[in-house]
Amino acid sequence: MTRRVVVTGMGVVAPNGVGLAAFDAALREGRSGVRHLPRLAELGFGCTVAGVPPGVDAAAEAAFDAEMLLAMNANHRMGALAAIEAWADAGFERPRPDDDRVHWEAGAVLGTGVGGLDTVGGKLVPMTDAGKVRRMGSTMVEQVMGSGVSARVSGLLALGNQVTSNSSACSTGTEAVLEGVARIRAGLAERMLCGGSEGDSHYIWAGFDAMRVLSRRFNEEPERASRPMSASAGGFVPAAGAGVLHLESLESAERRGARIHAEVLGGALNCGGHRGGGSMTAPNPEGVRRCIRAGLADAGITPREVGAISGHLTATGADPNEVEAWAAALEAAPGALPPITATKSMIGHALGAAGGIESVACVLMLRGGYVHASLNCEDVHPRVEPFAASIPHETRPLPALRTIAKASFGFGDVNACVVFGKWDGR
Amino acid sequence: MSDEKQIFEKVVEILKPYAKNPDALASVSQETDILGGLKVNSARLVDVVLAFEDAFGIEVADDDADKVQTVGDAVRLIQGKLA
Repeated sequence: MTRRVVVTGMGVVAPNGVGLAAFDAALREGRSGVRHLPRLAELGFGCTVAGVPPGVDAAAEAAFDAEMLLAMNANHRMGALAAIEAWADAGFERPRPDDDRVHWEAGAVLGTGVGGLDTVGGKLVPMTDAGKVRRMGSTMVEQVMGSGVSARVSGLLALGNQVTSNSSACSTGTEAVLEGVARIRAGLAERMLCGGSEGDSHYIWAGFDAMRVLSRRFNEEPERASRPMSASAGGFVPAAGAGVLHLESLESAERRGARIHAEVLGGALNCGGHRGGGSMTAPNPEGVRRCIRAGLADAGITPREVGAISGHLTATGADPNEVEAWAAALEAAPGALPPITATKSMIGHALGAAGGIESVACVLMLRGGYVHASLNCEDVHPRVEPFAASIPHETRPLPALRTIAKASFGFGDVNACVVFGKWDGR
Repeated sequence: MSDEKQIFEKVVEILKPYAKNPDALASVSQETDILGGLKVNSARLVDVVLAFEDAFGIEVADDDADKVQTVGDAVRLIQGKLA
């Protein structure tokens, strides 16, 4: 019998809401967190809007000591803030630094898509090139190493189980959740903090702008710039943030009488192999369909039992392919597709953090019995038009909502699909 | 800034964000051990020495920095550079 895995805590740092209560309210209201960023205009970016969580530095200064802050770039600050919120939300005290007890049963998979390029571009490279390595200080490695965020969080919370950072581009956060589920199912951990984070850095976003995959035509109207499923979508809005789930075996949660937000019914990970139309930057449609089908099978539900879809839906030309892939995977005729929504329409695309933030959104929607609005697709893309009735332009109350399927896709032709189930006590 | 008391106070100010033992910091003296007493993370000594360099306009060779164990060691090292 496979061990069941439940969500007993969550933490989020999102462009439209920092902290669970603010994020839940923003989702219900359909509030955008996309803003104009003058710095991007100064630097000649085609896209001059972004989703940047407000007040992160002030929140970090309140939460972490001065020495720690010297070694925490934006990625670390956002990831650690979300992780400590998830830990507290799960009912655990933040351990004192001088308390030598270790939570051997608890670990973390906290991934990042690109990582600390603010540190690399702002300090490491310029100081190295200027011959000033001697004056760089001690904090470079821990801020640029791939596992920096999970390493920081393990020290903050005295985690003693597996602690690692995964990276699979834009599927990172969702992959992290499924890695944690697998570890708990296998009996190797009781609790895992899982999700993703990505700092706000123009160095991260520059490469995407250079590819012309960022939104360029709505710079004067930031809140309208992220347009998943829209005919006028012209690229994604770059974003930053973090989303973390505190996953726990059902036995452990019941033993300690924990409040359970939802169950992770299952999921799947795969890669399209850069074949059949797939490439470094585009998904093999068969890979996407297989991943969704495998996710549902692992979750033990039929396509008809999917109550809502949280898409990857970034607002590039790939959105219509994705919607068609969902319809094919769920064998749903136009009109029969469950409600499908794009969290990125409110916050942009937070890359390695996206799957983490959107997983938090899924659990909030399941708990609250609603599907949040998918903004900025009044002009539904012609290829999405047959499924238009499934798009909530305003937040839809859905008290009977029992399952949400969430997918994330990433460069490298990698796919992740996770299925969350409502928790009603059994 | 060659007055010993001034240097001591500046050194303590620089060490403050790195000190994990508030009790030792509150009763800090020239004899206080930086790693063992103030519980400064040894990896951060590099940053402390860089801050000394900036604050006093000096340059500290790695071999000299390695000899600093107490707050008084740091004060005497800086005094010597300023002399």
